[in-house]
Amino acid sequence: MSPETVARWQFGITTVYHYLFIPLTISLSLLTAALQTVWTKTGNAAYLRLTKFFGKLFLINFAMGVVTGIVQEFQFGMNWSEYSRFVGDIFGAPLALEALIAFFLESTFLGVWIFGWGRLSKRVHLAAIWLGSVGTLISSIFIIAANSWMQNPVGATFNSGVGRAELADFGAVLTNPVFLTQWTHTITSCFLTGGAFIAGVAFYRLVKANAEKAPQADLIAYRKGARFGAWVLLVAGLATVVTGDLLGKTMVDTQPIKMAAAEAVYDATEDGEFAILAGLNPTEDSFRLELPIPGFLNWLYGTDVVQGINDLTVQWETDGYRQNSFNEGVDEGQEQLQREYAERLQELGVDDIVPPVGISFWSFRLMIGIGLLAVLGGIYILVAIRKDKTPRFNGWVTCVAILMPLLPLIANSFGWIFTEMGRQPWIVNGVLPTALAVSPSVTTGVLWLSLILYTLIYGVLAVFEVRLLLKYIKVGLPPETDVAKVDLGQDEDAPLSFAY
Amino acid sequence: MTIFEVPANAVEPLQVVWLILIAVLWIGFFFLEGFDFGVGMLVPFLGKDDRERRVMYNTVGPHWDGNEVWLLTAGGAIFAAFSGWYATLFSGLYLPLFLVLVGLILRGVAFEYRGKQPSLQWRRGWDWAAAIGSFLPALVFGVGFANFVKGLPVAETAVAYRDTPVPLFSGTFWGLFSPFALLGGLLFVALFITHGAIFLSLKTRGAVHDKAKALANKGGLVAIVLLAGFVVWANAGYGNLPGQLSWLLAVAWIVGVVAVVALGFGWFMNSKGRDGFAFLGTALSVVTLTVMIFCHLYPGLGFDNTLAPNSPLDITTAASSPATLKLMTIAAACLVPVVLAYQVWTYVVFRRRLSTKNIVDDTVTVGARAV
Repeated sequence: MSPETVARWQFGITTVYHYLFIPLTISLSLLTAALQTVWTKTGNAAYLRLTKFFGKLFLINFAMGVVTGIVQEFQFGMNWSEYSRFVGDIFGAPLALEALIAFFLESTFLGVWIFGWGRLSKRVHLAAIWLGSVGTLISSIFIIAANSWMQNPVGATFNSGVGRAELADFGAVLTNPVFLTQWTHTITSCFLTGGAFIAGVAFYRLVKANAEKAPQADLIAYRKGARFGAWVLLVAGLATVVTGDLLGKTMVDTQPIKMAAAEAVYDATEDGEFAILAGLNPTEDSFRLELPIPGFLNWLYGTDVVQGINDLTVQWETDGYRQNSFNEGVDEGQEQLQREYAERLQELGVDDIVPPVGISFWSFRLMIGIGLLAVLGGIYILVAIRKDKTPRFNGWVTCVAILMPLLPLIANSFGWIFTEMGRQPWIVNGVLPTALAVSPSVTTGVLWLSLILYTLIYGVLAVFEVRLLLKYIKVGLPPETDVAKVDLGQDEDAPLSFAY
Repeated sequence: MTIFEVPANAVEPLQVVWLILIAVLWIGFFFLEGFDFGVGMLVPFLGKDDRERRVMYNTVGPHWDGNEVWLLTAGGAIFAAFSGWYATLFSGLYLPLFLVLVGLILRGVAFEYRGKQPSLQWRRGWDWAAAIGSFLPALVFGVGFANFVKGLPVAETAVAYRDTPVPLFSGTFWGLFSPFALLGGLLFVALFITHGAIFLSLKTRGAVHDKAKALANKGGLVAIVLLAGFVVWANAGYGNLPGQLSWLLAVAWIVGVVAVVALGFGWFMNSKGRDGFAFLGTALSVVTLTVMIFCHLYPGLGFDNTLAPNSPLDITTAASSPATLKLMTIAAACLVPVVLAYQVWTYVVFRRRLSTKNIVDDTVTVGARAV
């Protein structure tokens, strides 16, 4: 395998793994903060117990997000040195700002929150989790801005003397249409993930507690939790569909070939069929879409003509890289970057600009399908627990409980696989091919070594993580008597309210 | 027209500002994470039972993650301000950085997961993960920064995407372990152990305090000898690389001597039982040592460009565009003080000294199982 292939596998594995923890970190921190706020306002102990219960699960997950995140930041330089050299002027700034603004906020104040139970006043302690969770949200802004720039490199000029893209307009980077839609889509899907997690876990505990004849207070708290999670899931699910549609339309503008690959459309058509299924590898020859919905693509895209892979390839060969046909909407920096670089790329022999169609087509559908399944799960839970009803404990309940937290994670993973694979063969769309971005000084052997070791370490840690999560889900809500001991008296021998 | 052009190697003020800011970020990292590396390395050796070990973990519990962000910010700042430096350094030092990452993963998870199972077996395992995970980065950073003082060799390499070749690391992994670099590695380990032990004695009461103090008394002597050797070797042996400024070398000598004196002061104050002053001593020593190292990083950023005469890697060629540097300068000027303020506040909030009395025994020894 070439160094590029191994480096790409490594990026894929470490990033998908990292992103298993991130949506939960973002959503659970904010949702836990919301639960704690309700407790602070109402004094209802059920919310405090839920805060502590989900707070603990959040922290088990958060630790993994933190440690796998360091790998992400270093990986650009280690595996993709020429990418870093080429884009550092633009891509580096959001990463540095992410650390400076977001990571400090989140790590410092979540530390204060974890250890601050009983040591800070209620209001300061509540402020700590809000600041920490806002940190996670800010972090998502910068990293999605950076990724969106890779999808649609705006606000930059290509400096052929230095051999790199240079920042022309940071405002353009932050108002990149791909960024605005991709960020909202990402965040809504984070809440879909967090809502499903809370709903699934609380639903399971509710049914279990009911079967075990647990105290009424426990049942009330779990029911509140399940309802809260399911509603978050439904609202976020709806928002994810809407933002997904907006993002799709933006991609038709900015990355038309990615969307053409996602729908396996080869030739321009005025009757764009959306296929729910197709053969495993929908190449042009074996072109066979199943369950087609005629004209649906035109409606989704809001265009009369749906462009196909073949037309876009011809357009690339004659004109070089261009925005689809929406040049009015594209700022000058981007135009210049792409115009200057397009010729060079053709000299370099970059001619096949079609992303892998099978992967794009299927990851796109799996993302949507599995995400919608999670939303259905939320509806089921709301119906099952309506009007203080509780279903009997059986295999079906266990099945729902296991699937609910997992489905969004799988859908998220396919979403990112689609986003990144659909951009191939580019690492920066239309500007830098992935093949030229890999570190020339790193050998395939070293890449294999690190890939294998990362995979092993990540695998072992995943086992520990899941075991801990299951253990603390089993333990359930903290006892009523055990909560809300605020001792600001600071007896120096008093046991720590939270300790490692 | 060409005579009016600014020469390619003229150093812009913002480039210097960013080298200094990056130095500040590394100083923050070594000062803060230095002691929690030290605490991590000491856990299996200093804590005789689970409660003592937990006292140790909890001294850094609320802080270690925030401390580590200094490293992430330093890395991000190098990427943003000197992308050429980031690209060549991180790809060149692949295996050492991989070891750092493995270490940081192990210790981060160890801190968070150790206490979440009552089994002693589980906890002992994580104690070693914390110790090794703290030792590896400390050692590698020491070896690495010594190599920067010495100058990492880079050579010109042609790449397809641009006309001019790029300077890439041309040494080998084993070539990084020169005697001077090994001294640097040992120094960082010894210094952080001392710094961590003194932090522990500042933050604890009772048995842990006494043991940490005794250990700092011994470890401090080792660290002083290593530090003195490193300061002399660095400044006398690697003080005349091309482009280095003589006044900067003089500064390096001065801060190097201050580092040794400060460590000696810290050691002395520790032996007198003045924990606060002792910590100030080791802290000042870590800070001045880092300043000394960064004096050697101007203008070559720690690279030896002998083999890359046409496309050298230095503060001007590795730097980002003026627009990016300006944007980042504004952000850093506004935010670094804010970060410092709230991080200081967290140390005030959690200023209480801990002892085993604050820790409830929650272990099980019989039939110990994970989960």
